Amino acid sequence: MHDDHLHPSLADGDGGDARWAFGTGFEDPLHGVDTTLPAHVDAAELAANCLALADDALIGAQRLAEWTTRAPELEEELALANIALDLLGQARLLYARCGQVDGSGRDEDAYAYLRDAADFRNVRLAELPNGDFAFTIARLLLLSTWRLAHLTRLAASPDPVLAAIAAKGVKELTYHRQYAAEWTVRLGDGTEESHRRMHAALARVVPWLPELYAAHDAREEVGTVLAQVLDTAGLAPPAVVPPLPGHGRNGEHTEHLAPLLAELQGVARAHPGATW
Amino acid sequence: MNDTPAPADWPLYEVFVRGKRGLNHVHVGSLHAADDRMALTHARDLYTRRNEGVSIWVVRSRHITASTRDEKDPFFAPNADKVYRHPTFYDIPDDVPHI
Repeated sequence: MHDDHLHPSLADGDGGDARWAFGTGFEDPLHGVDTTLPAHVDAAELAANCLALADDALIGAQRLAEWTTRAPELEEELALANIALDLLGQARLLYARCGQVDGSGRDEDAYAYLRDAADFRNVRLAELPNGDFAFTIARLLLLSTWRLAHLTRLAASPDPVLAAIAAKGVKELTYHRQYAAEWTVRLGDGTEESHRRMHAALARVVPWLPELYAAHDAREEVGTVLAQVLDTAGLAPPAVVPPLPGHGRNGEHTEHLAPLLAELQGVARAHPGATW
Repeated sequence: MNDTPAPADWPLYEVFVRGKRGLNHVHVGSLHAADDRMALTHARDLYTRRNEGVSIWVVRSRHITASTRDEKDPFFAPNADKVYRHPTFYDIPDDVPHI
């Protein structure tokens, strides 16, 4: 029992005038961006790149959203849902760009809801079940650090749309990485139990690093951040393991992706073309 | 490593956000967090997700000393009839801005 209580004078309010206002000045990240494909850009390669990054984001967002109503604290639930929504927003923009340049003219829903597991190109780390909170944090630390490095480079992409999407994502991912790093330190430097769980979680995610590096080689950035966070958290670096066979970028997935998609796509497939 | 058991509940914090156009931080609500840093990130996630803020303060609720409702009259009522404390009895020169 602690001695905190809500201050009545603060909780009271005073009629609420000017006390609270919704924010203004919302920005469209693609405002003023020319969507014409530059002549020197390979359309197929660009589409594949957008699709892969969109799938990483969509599947990652779906796993994070699974924490809703199940997170250890209300505040953490909202934090994880916020991160999921950031990723979902990135996925939507990337799918839209993919549909513009791959010649299919598909919209974002077609990519998200009407493809089967073998058509998805996400890295497999994103699709693994949530496990405990420490596993979710360890995965978020790796994925956000890696994706941040990737998008930072893509912010200079010759395609102006992908560059704009990447630039927007960089700001979001900087926060995701910070959130994951702070929780890694908190758990690693917390109780004996939290330390044990954080260490076990890192040992489970690290074997998937080679797959990330094969998709985009950011081993320098990821290695630096990991070393720094683990050192602060008092966690021993996980043992190096041989790469796992297969690659999500080739459509090779774990048995966990199909059930995830069944939940994600169920309503949209049962009621094709429905709006709500 | 700290092995003392954590308290059952995280302590309460009050959150103050400075809006984009506002000049001062305004109290917007409260939240629970294990430490100051977590309170700040929680405040970011809970109270600025609709683009409301450019700066956040958090403070442990227990560190705020507040006047009570009982004190409302002795504290504030005596000022209600002292209109001469407002600077409305002065002629303001035309070339003085922002008053």
